[in-house]
Formats: sequence, structure tokens, C-alpha cells
Amino acid sequence: MNPFALVGRFVIALLSEIGRIFEFAMNAVPQAFMPPIYGRLILQQIMRIGYFSLPVVGLTAFFTGGALALQIAVGSEIGAETLVPQIVVLGITRELGPVMAGLMVAGRVSAAIAAELGTMRVTEQIDALTTLSTNPFKYLVAPRIIAAVLTMPILVGIGDIIGVMGGWVVGVYSLDYNSASYLKNTVDFLKMGDVTSGLWKAAVFGFIIALMGCYHGYHSKGGAQGVGAATTNAVVSAAILILAANYMMTSLFFGGGR
Amino acid sequence: MTTPKIELKGVQKRFGTKVVLDGVDLSVDPGESLVIIGGSGTGKSVTLKSILGLITPDKGSIKVDGREVSRLTGRAREEVNRKFGMLFQAAALFDSLTVWENVAFGLIQGRGLNRTEAKQIALQKLAKVGLGPEVGELSPSELSGGMQKRVGLARAIAAEPEIIFFDEPTTGLDPIMADVINDLIVTTVKDMGVTTLSITHDMVSARKIADKIAMIYKGKIIWSGRKEDIDNSGNPYVDQFIHGRAEGPIKMELAK
Ligand SMILES: Nc1ncnc2c1ncn2[C@@H]1O[C@H](COP(=O)(O)OP(=O)(O)O)[C@@H](O)[C@H]1O
Ligand SMILES: [Mg+2]
Repeated sequence: MNPFALVGRFVIALLSEIGRIFEFAMNAVPQAFMPPIYGRLILQQIMRIGYFSLPVVGLTAFFTGGALALQIAVGSEIGAETLVPQIVVLGITRELGPVMAGLMVAGRVSAAIAAELGTMRVTEQIDALTTLSTNPFKYLVAPRIIAAVLTMPILVGIGDIIGVMGGWVVGVYSLDYNSASYLKNTVDFLKMGDVTSGLWKAAVFGFIIALMGCYHGYHSKGGAQGVGAATTNAVVSAAILILAANYMMTSLFFGGGR
Repeated sequence: MTTPKIELKGVQKRFGTKVVLDGVDLSVDPGESLVIIGGSGTGKSVTLKSILGLITPDKGSIKVDGREVSRLTGRAREEVNRKFGMLFQAAALFDSLTVWENVAFGLIQGRGLNRTEAKQIALQKLAKVGLGPEVGELSPSELSGGMQKRVGLARAIAAEPEIIFFDEPTTGLDPIMADVINDLIVTTVKDMGVTTLSITHDMVSARKIADKIAMIYKGKIIWSGRKEDIDNSGNPYVDQFIHGRAEGPIKMELAK
């Protein structure tokens, strides 16, 4: 086939997929604000999406902070002792904390949501909801989106602290830095804006994670194979959207060549 | 003349280029049991799902109690769907909930009953399909296929609907369990005086639960009448189907 036609076809498929995702979101988001609000379901999802992601996010943040500290120390001989804590705290809070947590939670949660809703779709459980006068967007999609948007910033906040700790552990125990001055450097250099920008990112990533899981699961078809495909597509599309949204938000918060 | 409970006129539905429903006409009177028979993949489930609004037909009219419903969405659709109960082909029980929560689901989520009240009703409905209260505490995955169908039936009748749909109620069950389900359908339905629309390819089941039978073939209703008349339909398609013969006007598409 002619390469232009191939590219054209791909772009058209991509655009129509984006349109369908947008339509899905427009169906789901209002349901999050209209009564009845299913508090029990939201709490249940907060546990599943948020609480049980803590170990994954914590470990990722710890090793990322540690690796970052090592990397900078090796690269800069003079002044490394003040530079390392500064770059670690900046890198973790602004970029690596939210992005790493977003990607890890996408792997865990988007996949789980897509598999669950996909199975419900192919076993007609989603149809059954409708016949029992229950809107699946309200009952299934909205609680997952609300829970993810609320818990991701908390997860990232905790991840920020653990990430800085990771850098500190490497600094003090491996690079022989002074513990008190490491912490002082961290605190002095830390700005509130760095943390809050990271938490805003986290909320957006939470939305992406739940939306992609729900969208692909809800539209899954064709038995076990279809559910498998939905799961993969949910994780891949969530990861891509997180990285793209991260770039856009970074340029919005810090960009413009200032 | 009474208004039909359900009336379909010229309903069409395609998926991609594949025509599944090609002008379905159907009418079910109040209190009547209509069974649609037809081979696998002939659009029986699609017909039911169109009436429930789970699938939007491309063309045609669907009326429930004389009211056009084929284009309804949102609240209006939910309102109409309160009239319906449905037993799904594979029961479609919610596996994250216990059996009694499944039966009570429409009462709690749909009608806003509190859990204690709803549980009482759920246990009554379970008793009606021959299941004791201890089953109520189990998870659906712990039940056999026949028991799942019974729970599905209890869930379908829990909110006392006016119309009940049965999607292949006996498929996948042994003949004895199939007969138990047929009996349950007949007794529960007689009890409640509801209108039912069932689809099946099981002629034993069809003869047991139907007042009227309609046969669907290539997206159209090709015959309908009282069940007593089906053996003398004079329709070669119907004859081939009810006698289960490989030879006849219906050609199985074995290769595609
Ligand atoms: N949502 C859908 N998307 C695409 N094709 C579908 C969909 N639902 C049903 N079909 C197709 O329509 C045809 C009829 O399906 P169905 O009504 O389930 O058959 P049955 O008579 O066995 O119940 C089948 O070929 C099926 O593949
Ligand atoms: Mg079917």
C-alpha cells in the first residue's frame, strides 16, 4: 500500500478513537456529580485503587530517588553535597514522582479495571445492570474515576516523601554526606509550587488511568481474547496519555522559555 | 382491540455490513407468552436487546404499551425499563456480590429500598425458585449452572416486572434441570400474570412455556401462530426446524 494512504488511515483511526474516548468521558463525568452518589462503591474503589497501590508507588519512588542521587553525585564532583539534595527534591516532586507513580498505577489499575469491566461486558453483566434500572456509567465508571482522581495526589504526595528519603539514604550511607545538611538543603530548596504542580499532574493522571481502564473494558468484545486485548490497550493508551499530558502540563506550569 | 404490550414494526439492525434484523414485525398481547424460535446467530438476542434499548435499531418502530421507545435514552429509558425483567442466557449474575444481593439489586439500586427490606424480598424470591436462605449468602461462582439460572430468574422477578424476557433459559442445562426451569417459568409467570417474551432453539422448552410461537429466519419473522398449530404450519422452514433435520430449505452456512 502507498505509504501516504497508510499514514492517512492511521491518523483517521486515531482521530475517531479520540472522538469516541471524548464521548465516553462526556457520558461519565456528569454522572460523578449527579445524585445518587454511591459512597460505598467509591470507598471500595479508593481502597483498591489507592491503598493497595501504596507498596508499588513507595518502592518505585525510593529507588528512583536513590538512583537520581547516585547519578548526580557521579556527574558533579565539586559542590555535589548541596547539588544532590536540591536536584533530587526538584526532580522527584516536579517530574519523576508523578510520572513514575502514574505509569506504575496505570500498569496495576488500568489493567485491573479493564479486565473487570471487560469480563462484565462479555458475560452480559453490564447489560444486566441496565435492565435493573441502573446506569453503568454511574454505577461502574463514575466511582472508579472519582476514586482515582482523589487518591493519585495522595499516593504521589507519599511517593514524594519516600523518593526524597531514597536520595537521602544513598547520600548519607553511600556517599557519606552529612545527614542534617542534606535535609536542610532539601527543605531550603523545596518550593510549594513544585509540590502542588506535581499533585495536579497526579490528579490528571488518575483521571487518565481510570478513564482508559473503563473505556477499554466497557467496549471490550469477543470473549477471553477480547478482554485480554482490552487490558493491554488500556495500559498502553494510559501510559502514552500520561506522558503526553505530563509534557503539556510541564510546559504549562514551567514552560514558555522563562 | 387491546393495545399490544410489545409491538415491533419493520425493525432493522446491521453490524457493519452484516444485516442481522431485516424488518422484524412482532406483537405480544398483555398476559401472553410468546416464544421466538430460530437457529443460533439469527438475531434472537439482538431482538430482545433492541426492545430493552441495549442496542439501537437502525430503522423501525418499537412500542411498549403503545408508546414508541426505540429512541429513548437516559431517564426516560430507565423509566420504561422498570417494566422489564430479564433472564440472561448465561444468567449474567454480578460476581462481586452475593446471591441475595444479586436478587435484591434492582430493589436497592433501582427502587431505593433499604437493604434489610430488600433482603427479605430477595429471600422470598429465592424460595419461590426453590433455593433456601443459605444459598443467599453464597457467591454466584459457587453455584451450578442450573442454580445460577434459578438465581437469575429470582432476580428477574424480584421487582415484580410487567414483562419478562427469557434468553435461552434452558441452553446448557441437562434435560431434567431444563424441565425444572421450564416449570419454574410457567408457575412464576402464571402466578404474576405477566407478559413474557422468550427466545430459544429448544423445542421442548418452547412447547412448554409458549402460548404463541414465532420463527425468525434471516432477520425476518417467517411464521407465527398458536403453539398448537406449529405441527401443521405448512411452512417447510418451520417443519425443518422443529424436527431438527439437516436437509431442507434452511442451509447451514458451514464455511465462510
Ligand atoms: N454488539 C454486536 N456487535 C456486532 N455483531 C453483533 C453484536 N451483537 C450480535 N452480533 C451479531 O449478530 C448476529 C446475531 O446475534 P444474536 O442475536 O446474539 O444471535 P442468537 O439468535 O443466537 O441470539 C450474530 O452473528 C452476532 O455475531
Ligand atoms: Mg442469543
